[in-house]
Amino acid sequence: MSTTAPEAPTALPPVKRRNAELVLVGLTILITMGAIAIAGLNLNNQIPGAMWGYGLIFGALALATHVALRFIAPYADPLILPCALFLNGVGVAMIWRLDAAESGEIEHAGIGMQLVWTAVGMIFCIALLFFLKEPRVLQRYTYISALVAIILIALPMVPGLGINEYGARRWIGFGGFTMQPSEFAKIALVIFLSSYLVTKRQVLSLAAKSIKVGRFKILDLPRARDFMPMVVGWVIAIGLLVITKDLGTSLLLFGTFLAMLYVATQRSSWVIIGLTVFIGAAALAMQIFWHFRQRVDIWFNAFDPEVYERLGGSEQLVKGLIGMAYGGLFGTGFGGGQAHHIFAADSDFIFASLAEDLGLTGVMVILIVVFLLVQRGMRVALASRELFIKMLASGIAFVMCFQVFVVLGGLTRIIPLTGMTTPFLAAGGSALMASWLMIGLLLRMSDNARRPAPQAIQDEGATQVIRR
Amino acid sequence: MNTPIRRLSVFSMLLFGALMLQLTWIQGFQADAIREDPLNRRQYSERLTEPRGPIVIGGENVAYSENIADEGDPARYQRMYTDGTLYTPVVGSFRSYGASGIEDTENSLLDGSDDRLAVRNFRDMITGSEPEGARVELTIDPAVQQAGFNGFKDLGMNGAAVAIDPSTGAILGAVSYPSYDANDVVSITDQTEAIENYGALEVEPDQPLLNRALNERYPPGSTFKIVTATAAMEYLDAGPDSTMDAPDTLELGHPLPNATPGGTCNGGDPDTLAHSIQISCNTSFANWAIEVGGKNLSEQATAFGFNREKEEERLTVPMGVTPSLAPPEDDRNILGRAGIGQSNVEATPLQMAMVAAGVANSGEVMRPYLVDSVRDADRSVVTQTTPEVYSQAMSASTASDLTDMMVRVTGPDGSGPNGAISGIDVAGKTGTAETGGEMGTHNWFIGFAPADDPQVAVAVVIEHGGGSGGSLAAPIARNMMEAVVL
Repeated sequence: MSTTAPEAPTALPPVKRRNAELVLVGLTILITMGAIAIAGLNLNNQIPGAMWGYGLIFGALALATHVALRFIAPYADPLILPCALFLNGVGVAMIWRLDAAESGEIEHAGIGMQLVWTAVGMIFCIALLFFLKEPRVLQRYTYISALVAIILIALPMVPGLGINEYGARRWIGFGGFTMQPSEFAKIALVIFLSSYLVTKRQVLSLAAKSIKVGRFKILDLPRARDFMPMVVGWVIAIGLLVITKDLGTSLLLFGTFLAMLYVATQRSSWVIIGLTVFIGAAALAMQIFWHFRQRVDIWFNAFDPEVYERLGGSEQLVKGLIGMAYGGLFGTGFGGGQAHHIFAADSDFIFASLAEDLGLTGVMVILIVVFLLVQRGMRVALASRELFIKMLASGIAFVMCFQVFVVLGGLTRIIPLTGMTTPFLAAGGSALMASWLMIGLLLRMSDNARRPAPQAIQDEGATQVIRR
Repeated sequence: MNTPIRRLSVFSMLLFGALMLQLTWIQGFQADAIREDPLNRRQYSERLTEPRGPIVIGGENVAYSENIADEGDPARYQRMYTDGTLYTPVVGSFRSYGASGIEDTENSLLDGSDDRLAVRNFRDMITGSEPEGARVELTIDPAVQQAGFNGFKDLGMNGAAVAIDPSTGAILGAVSYPSYDANDVVSITDQTEAIENYGALEVEPDQPLLNRALNERYPPGSTFKIVTATAAMEYLDAGPDSTMDAPDTLELGHPLPNATPGGTCNGGDPDTLAHSIQISCNTSFANWAIEVGGKNLSEQATAFGFNREKEEERLTVPMGVTPSLAPPEDDRNILGRAGIGQSNVEATPLQMAMVAAGVANSGEVMRPYLVDSVRDADRSVVTQTTPEVYSQAMSASTASDLTDMMVRVTGPDGSGPNGAISGIDVAGKTGTAETGGEMGTHNWFIGFAPADDPQVAVAVVIEHGGGSGGSLAAPIARNMMEAVVL
């Protein structure tokens, strides 16, 4: 905890490696343009103008972000930005390819708006890097963050503002403009949990009542009063989500909550209690809500023709799986698949689209890049010295990891399918902006963690003048 | 705090590991199984880019694929049909979202993916030549099919007709009316219109998508008397001269009248089996059925191919055939009516053609089939259907006696003189089935020709024709038989 420790064993060397980043950024631009070119060749037998038009716009945005990093976060981890750009670029190329293929009945998002949101996201990211020099100031806003998170989750329920679509109230709309506030809620919640748990971690991890059977300790139960604020906050959050029927976000937030609780206290009893409560609540929800029963039915009996034909049945999931099956090991080639005939192929199902076009080989690459991004986040957490920063970095890294798991696990039937976007890849402004904000936070924290320790500019005296 | 962060990293690695394993399972190991799932509607649209083998009737391609892409563009094959309306009930249609008929059942051969073509496919792969689907040649005789189809068209009534070669089981004609032109529902250049056309056909009250020859059951009426007569001869040792009570009406819950001239069979006296068949006497056959017993009558029907309801027993030609029904009856009144093809007895036109064919082929019912042979693109034979016996319906002597009695039906004093062909003995049996409601009767004719050396057996049904089997169905049957024997 001591901020004066000169070198923690986990600290990162103060190396900038911005040129390595530049090479990788260049590579992601080439991959994006190449993907659009291949898709055009597969679809229309010609290299599309979009490769130059959209490809160069994306390239310019990517390079601008890189240059900005050189000035405002020179010591930031050189892998984080290329990983994010790779995912964003592949997503942009996929969205162009889905839109370019004539699907007839299903409309897909255009690449234009996705690039606009990419630009907005990058601006958010750079602005955050510029204005937030010390992320630890966020620790002051513990309960404000909680309030912001709850308001964001609650917004879709406001009459006239919330939009109920596809079985969940996930969107809000004003003036022909829609957004998904829960994407931002998860960042606010991670900030809240980081600061709250850092203050309370001693109490939460030490004061406990042991449950014993004979002489054997089974579980350390936290004291009821330590538990209460947490229970209240979460009953509200989960309750709101049950009302909005957005099972995916509920699962994501609760999973993040348990992970961060574990990081703060290092006590598995919290995780066991949490899991028990959540599974109980899920079982209860299944009994009560038809909507959740339907989801589970789709999960277990996806290939049952009756479930398939049902309105809101497993048709989309099965189409996705069939697409993946057509992709096989090496894929149909970018633009060679039939994914554009699947509903939401550009957003919730973009991973299925990628799996079809790129095959197992391609999605493995994408998964490894996401995994790399997550692990760099974890590395920032290890390298940082302040507990709040450790919590924040690991929390953000885990949110990204778990979100990919919830989406892809749903597509591949590891867990029930829930509507959710894949970070960076999926079409959608809210998701992109939120993802870039998270990248901004990670870049800022890694920059601080890797920056060389302050040098004393005079050797003697009781008071040292230091420069940061 | 570093230990739990490290553990969390390991946990996130496990999550990714789970995703990678599951993806490997789906895309690596399960891919084939998922692609072959019946819910995969893609297999049709996917294969538009591959040339599909033709379906051949009488040496002519009635279904074939034509490359409609502009020169230099990747190939896009449009399925085309000749004489669509005439052949669609058999050939079916190959749409971008589904298939029916031979197009559906022989899909793997037509598209070239069948294992029986594996050697050829391997050769194509090595030589680099473009793989082609196999040719499927059908048993349909264009003249027979056309004769049956024209009969319904001229009459303007719905119905079905089936013609079989009794010695092999080859289906020479399978008419279902009304039909539709498969070309209307398969366009790949205007898919929306194709889908709309198909949707319109689905809701049309006349049900043009229904293959009445194989998949619609009708009460067979008096044509079922052939089954009852067979049962009487096989189980009760009856002969053409055996007599049975033939009152002018028979009390079966409510009175059963005769449809014979004057409402009488033999002036109220017992009637011979031969005469009862010739004039289609109701009361004597009801009594025969009661005498034979419900179980025996049902078993006799089963010997002709009825009652094969279990999944593994179902007949395929190779399209699935709806099983015909003649359940064992305990109730005397119901059994009596079952003996004249009413109450719970229901049969497809194909089944009744099999009844006629069984009599024609000395009691042996041959397994009906539509695919004569499958040939490679280079015309070498991949499969050739060999005729096989489907069931033994009766002894040869019973068949011979029945033939003689059925020839009298098309004689001047019989119920079906319209089925007669000059210079040739035709065995036949008429039927006029009550349908219960306000709608008119179904009118049947089954028979075969020539009686002494049968080359074709037919069954014709006019749906709600409202006339008699002899007047409406017999002429169509005659024209179809003439197409073979003249």
